[in-house]
Amino acid sequence: MAEVVCKPTRESFGIALCEMAKTNKDIVVLDADLAAATKTSIFQKEFPERFFDCGIAEANMVGTAAGLAAAGKIPVAASFAMFSAGRAYEQIRNSVAYPELNVKIAGSHAGISTGEDGATHQCLEDIALMRTLPGMVVLNPADHFEMMEATKAAINHVGPVYIRLGRLAIDSFNDPDTYKFELGKGITLHEGNDIAVIASGLVVNEARKAVNALESEGINARLINIHTIKPIDREIVIKAAKECGQIITVEEHNIIGGLADAVCEVTSSECPVKVTRVGVQDRFGYSGPAWELLEKFGLTENNIGKVIREVVNNK
Amino acid sequence: MADNAQLRLLAAKARLGAIIGTYHAKSGHPGGSLSAADVFTYLYFNEMNVNPENPDDENRDRFVLSKGHCCPSLYAVLALKGFFDWDELKVLRHVGAMLQGHPDMKNTPGIDMSTGSLGQGVSAACGMALAGKLDQKDYRVYTVLGDGECEEGEVWEAAMFAAHHNLDNIVFIVDQNGLQIDGTVEEVAGLEPLDKKFEAFGFEVAKIDGHNFDEIAEAFNKARETKGVPFAILMQTTKGKGVSFMEDQVGWHGKACNDDEYKVAVKELEDEIARLEAEL
Repeated sequence: MAEVVCKPTRESFGIALCEMAKTNKDIVVLDADLAAATKTSIFQKEFPERFFDCGIAEANMVGTAAGLAAAGKIPVAASFAMFSAGRAYEQIRNSVAYPELNVKIAGSHAGISTGEDGATHQCLEDIALMRTLPGMVVLNPADHFEMMEATKAAINHVGPVYIRLGRLAIDSFNDPDTYKFELGKGITLHEGNDIAVIASGLVVNEARKAVNALESEGINARLINIHTIKPIDREIVIKAAKECGQIITVEEHNIIGGLADAVCEVTSSECPVKVTRVGVQDRFGYSGPAWELLEKFGLTENNIGKVIREVVNNK
Repeated sequence: MADNAQLRLLAAKARLGAIIGTYHAKSGHPGGSLSAADVFTYLYFNEMNVNPENPDDENRDRFVLSKGHCCPSLYAVLALKGFFDWDELKVLRHVGAMLQGHPDMKNTPGIDMSTGSLGQGVSAACGMALAGKLDQKDYRVYTVLGDGECEEGEVWEAAMFAAHHNLDNIVFIVDQNGLQIDGTVEEVAGLEPLDKKFEAFGFEVAKIDGHNFDEIAEAFNKARETKGVPFAILMQTTKGKGVSFMEDQVGWHGKACNDDEYKVAVKELEDEIARLEAEL
């Protein structure tokens, strides 16, 4: 097993951008007065001439990014998910997605794990918003190594991409020597046919721990990491539905509009099976330390394991 | 370079194109198309470095119609310039047509940015101007916005950005026809003093008559000479200019002529075109 790296994915994103920018001179980065928090500050330090702080003005930041892309640049526009995907949603729709411009939107501090800042900053709807836009690629990487590769893939993909970044430092679980990121392809982390657990983002590692622990109880769950929520890997979802019979989705997002719906959209037409949705149950969050909130909202190993056990036993 | 007589003739044809387009579409926005027709004509025939044979030339000047709904007369100017066939206007807004209800950069040669949602075009124009600075290219970026559009906060976010980054390669052109959907701009959400607002945001400002080609030329020349700060041209115009029953009427913001109105409007504009041709 490779060494565990404990980093927030926002930092991995900043590091990866810097690496890409060394050889790709078209990359420019915009932020809205949150560079230190989104970690675009890492890029800013190394490439100050290609970094633009737009101030607390997200609508203009996204529109400016669209103009830069129309003139041949590869702009990355970053803010908290609440303000990039949320506040500037319509700019993303009309000025980026509709003209299919090569803009990368980064949404940091996404999910309940934003913690103490509370409900106004815990964006639980960004994936739903971005997923409905035609042509938008939606990425939600799960650890440091995946974020590094996903960032590179986002830059290399020609067209609009939304990439979700977390605030919380989390342990890596992927092995950088063998890890391979393929846009639109899910990754099976654990084989099993008793149930399929499909997870995305920060909670993948929690699901992994739960699935591993259940082995001793004789439950063999299949665990699939969906880093690309759009376009979703239909093949891996259909195969899981057919071979496992039931699915549990796990996400740090509202159960409406995110991974759960993306999975259900595939199964409902291809292979209808029962889908149990672990996520934020259509409500707002509140202030608190990140891990306490994740526990409260049922997004840690304990609750995920409990849900898997219940679903398998009632099958 | 076109002289004033030629410009007046081209602008009259552009107005006719806007009327033809919106009539065949049975919808659209003739009022603001007519108020901005003169500046569109000047931009494409005297000011901007663009080539219909190579519409995506990376060194070209860029134009962003931030008030995207006024595209019918812009389309007419692009057709007159040779970007596409004039007859495209007759299927404006039809299913499968190249000319969409609001500008679509993906499908329309000569359209540099997709716009229509007010406030957004100016930001995209800022991005293009910034890219020009980064690449040390000397192209210029022009964006036309409405006075009602200046009620959008994004316009002022973009204005701050343009001044902060010393974008002297961008020109904001505000078509002050004084009317928006719900009434006069001053009744709905007063903007004045607009010149002082732009000055306070760090712009050099010129106030002109937007139907006077000498004043238009002078303003764009001044904009070219201005270094280190962005430039705003505030043009006083008449909404519906050139069609007698549309002039200064709120009701002609977003509706097309019926058959009878169309005959009158076309007659007026064709008479004007004949008169201007005779003057050449």
